[in-house]
Amino acid sequence: MGFPDRIERVVEIAHPPAKVWAALTTAEGLGSWFGDKAMIDLRPGGAAQMKFGSEHTADMRVERVEEPTVFGFTWHIYGLPDDDPRRTYVEFTLEPTGAGTRLTVVESGFAQLPDDAYHKAYDGNTGGWASELGELVEYLDAA
Amino acid sequence: MPPDIEGIAEQVFVALADPSRRAILAALASDGPATATDLASRLPITRQAIAKHLGLLADAGLVTAELGERRRIRYRLHSAPMQVAQQFLAALARDWDGRLDALRDHLDK
Repeated sequence: MGFPDRIERVVEIAHPPAKVWAALTTAEGLGSWFGDKAMIDLRPGGAAQMKFGSEHTADMRVERVEEPTVFGFTWHIYGLPDDDPRRTYVEFTLEPTGAGTRLTVVESGFAQLPDDAYHKAYDGNTGGWASELGELVEYLDAA
Repeated sequence: MPPDIEGIAEQVFVALADPSRRAILAALASDGPATATDLASRLPITRQAIAKHLGLLADAGLVTAELGERRRIRYRLHSAPMQVAQQFLAALARDWDGRLDALRDHLDK
């Protein structure tokens, strides 16, 4: 099946790093191409938020700010319950290329599972049925 | 990544590939734990087919059997394997190709 833990893309952009940096790290820029509306406190540990339409909101935490070359943030894994603590890390790297920018984006951490969730899933997968029925038989025998 | 994670996700997708099993999971999700007989009365699926599907869902870890009222075995949704499969879907849903196209369009304006 191939379970991707990491997504990586490299794109060549015909604009200088300063312009790309602004698109990635300002509320105005992020709200134009990423979400419909954005806010950002651009410092490590700062909060950022993106709104997609009126229903979906993504909360991010700024992790790395090295203007104008590295911008990193973590965010929630889409689809998991809101209170799930797991987050993926997204890092943008900007390299000047002539008049343009080589932009690399890496998002990693999709395959992370805390030990308890892993065991919960795994135990349910292998031993759950047999042990539940075993307990049931014991219960009925004792009754 | 533990090697069994892929196996867990695969079993979830196999389980969800069948419309009857999706209907059983949806019924357990919306109305809570139920016996095979309850499910047969609510869904257009025979009691025998429901028992077969519940066996497969239990093997995939998606439902667990427990003792209900009057000692009838009832089945409860077990969500942990689905959260594993969701992480696989989340990686696909990120769609960085679409996002980066949007970034380029924005910069070209």
